[in-house]
Amino acid sequence: MPRSVKTLAGWARTAPSRATVLTGDDVASTEALAEAVAGAGSRGVIARGLGRSYGDTAQNAGGLVLDMTARDKIHNVDAGTGLVDLDAGVSLDRLMRVALPFGLWVPVLPGTRQVTIGGAIANDIHGKNHHTAGSFGDHVVSMDLLLASGEVRRLEPDGPESELFWATVGGIGLTGVILRATIRMTKTETAYFVADTERTANLDETIERFSDGSDEAYDYSSAWFDSISTGSKLGRAALGRGSLARLDELPARLRRDPLKFDAPQLATLPDVFPNGLANKATFSLIGELYYRKTKNKRGQIQNLTAFYHPLDLFGDWNRAYGSKGFLQYQFIVPLAAEDEFRAIVRDIAESGHVSFLNVFKKFGEGNRAPLSFPMPGWNICVDFPIVEGLGAFCRSLDERVLAMGGRLYTAKDSRTDPDTFAAMYPRLDEWRKVRDAADPDGVFASDMSRRLRLTR
Amino acid sequence: MIDAVGHPSSLLLLGGTSEIGLAVAERYLQGGPVRVVLAGRQSPRLADAAARLTRAGASVETVEFDARDAAVHTEAVRKAFAGGDIDVALVAFGLLGDQEKAWQDIDVAVELAEVNYVAAVSVGVALAAEFRRQGHGHLVALSSVAAERPRRSNFVYGSSKAGLDAFYTGLTEALRGEGIGVTVVRPGFVHTKMTEGMSPAPLSTTPEAVAEVVVAAVRNRKEQVWAPAPLRALMSVLRHIPRPIFRRLPV
Repeated sequence: MPRSVKTLAGWARTAPSRATVLTGDDVASTEALAEAVAGAGSRGVIARGLGRSYGDTAQNAGGLVLDMTARDKIHNVDAGTGLVDLDAGVSLDRLMRVALPFGLWVPVLPGTRQVTIGGAIANDIHGKNHHTAGSFGDHVVSMDLLLASGEVRRLEPDGPESELFWATVGGIGLTGVILRATIRMTKTETAYFVADTERTANLDETIERFSDGSDEAYDYSSAWFDSISTGSKLGRAALGRGSLARLDELPARLRRDPLKFDAPQLATLPDVFPNGLANKATFSLIGELYYRKTKNKRGQIQNLTAFYHPLDLFGDWNRAYGSKGFLQYQFIVPLAAEDEFRAIVRDIAESGHVSFLNVFKKFGEGNRAPLSFPMPGWNICVDFPIVEGLGAFCRSLDERVLAMGGRLYTAKDSRTDPDTFAAMYPRLDEWRKVRDAADPDGVFASDMSRRLRLTR
Repeated sequence: MIDAVGHPSSLLLLGGTSEIGLAVAERYLQGGPVRVVLAGRQSPRLADAAARLTRAGASVETVEFDARDAAVHTEAVRKAFAGGDIDVALVAFGLLGDQEKAWQDIDVAVELAEVNYVAAVSVGVALAAEFRRQGHGHLVALSSVAAERPRRSNFVYGSSKAGLDAFYTGLTEALRGEGIGVTVVRPGFVHTKMTEGMSPAPLSTTPEAVAEVVVAAVRNRKEQVWAPAPLRALMSVLRHIPRPIFRRLPV
């Protein structure tokens, strides 16, 4: 039996727990999977993909975890309609490599390609193109969901069971096991971006750049911002905005193979970093270098790594934080809360909690999924090394985010409490009703569902 | 689950009126909501403890538990886990007793050994089983510096804590591979009701300070800690002092 007891943690390597992990044929066969779900026992079962969620969404202490990467078939790619029919365990990286020769582009790409289709749906992930393309769930044409009862349902966004479809989008695996999906891909002539990069001097300029209408001209847009410097440099940013290049925009050199998968990796970080290396001195230095490296340049042709995934140059970069791990804090607040939003950015910079990988983006409209994170607003993502006092600081941030009508992202959260989460997601009860009807006995469970009391 | 910043959703205090135990609960409550299960004998003191934690923001349950009655330990621990996962369990009950009586009166000596050692072992076995079932959790046992080297003035107490200390140190190893943490805490002289009227030993401390040490130890997954921390070095020296000198020391 490919079944073993393993310690699982999220990408931030905090709060690990032990579970029985099912792999291989037991997951690849739908019959075996249904049997495993039926016999899950009192601690329940949850599906897991590539473990890139930062917190405890894809672990299930004392229970069963399904390693879905064994379901990795791409059943059909239709270059004409742009539809791809594939298993939930396929990674976006592989989908991209397979689909690119057909001129098809993954419609929503998060900060890493190492996530599965199932995880992309269950977290309703977003990317730099949220303001033009929405989140991943918006591009799912249909999906097959294994229910607690052992039945497999084909769900569509506007089909007879649309409620269950949208409860599954962003539903962090708690409605059932996503087995297979059909995704509507984006057509592209090349695998390159035409990008504009620029630096802003401070937070006012950063917000201005995202508010002056210039953002609408780009399909993809986001910024790295400085969350350590205070005073006049507070909130200065390096903006990277662009769109997929047309064939005629490429230099002759690249035109010969415009759809080449061009995403180099330099090195994989070894697991030797001490705790405490990630500190204000090192982060300030790297931040300064990164900021200075960014030039005000227009119309550059960039490959995927340069434009989209600079972190992918270093595999397993989470190891740089040492064994204590780190905490990713991502929140969104409505556009109207701009003044309080400025204050919160200032207070993060002045808090003494240092963060380097800071992302700033203005989001577009959200979708119908009750637990989907995106909404029109200011999105900020920071990551702090775990130190004493971080819990209290994050709680104070929670209160302010909530007061502004904002919320946290399940794929990143590893510490908020049930009441705060419920207040941030006012449609939680609506989601619970659909979930409980699909899984009346609470078979699907995770460490996160217990921590946030999401299920019965 | 204990979350990414070391905050538990639930806490079980075995010895629900223990001043150190309640200080630990209050320290955790400063970091967010906690469900607290108080296991102890039904008494006005237990009700007071529940009221005190409720005021501090906890949702509190109580479970009937008598350290003297080993027959009910498994059932009491099972009941404590019935309301949901327990993230941190603190074995905080204990007796100090009258030391001069304790080495001369069989009943007093046996009671100390039963509460401080036998009961600690019995609940330790029950807690380990529940934690293994749920696949996570952290167990904290309150030992004492008195466990490290017997002294004329309190060796019956010290011997019972030495037994507890050895058991939980071994349990730490047994549960290592199961993802369950165990911390053995060795406080020095703590100002509590139990030590009221006694003259404090050097490096004396308070329940709040011990609580601080416990919370940090759980967050950092430490297996052995002293409260206050300098006692570690002091005890290391004291353990190696020859007996003719040791017995003359004012400790």
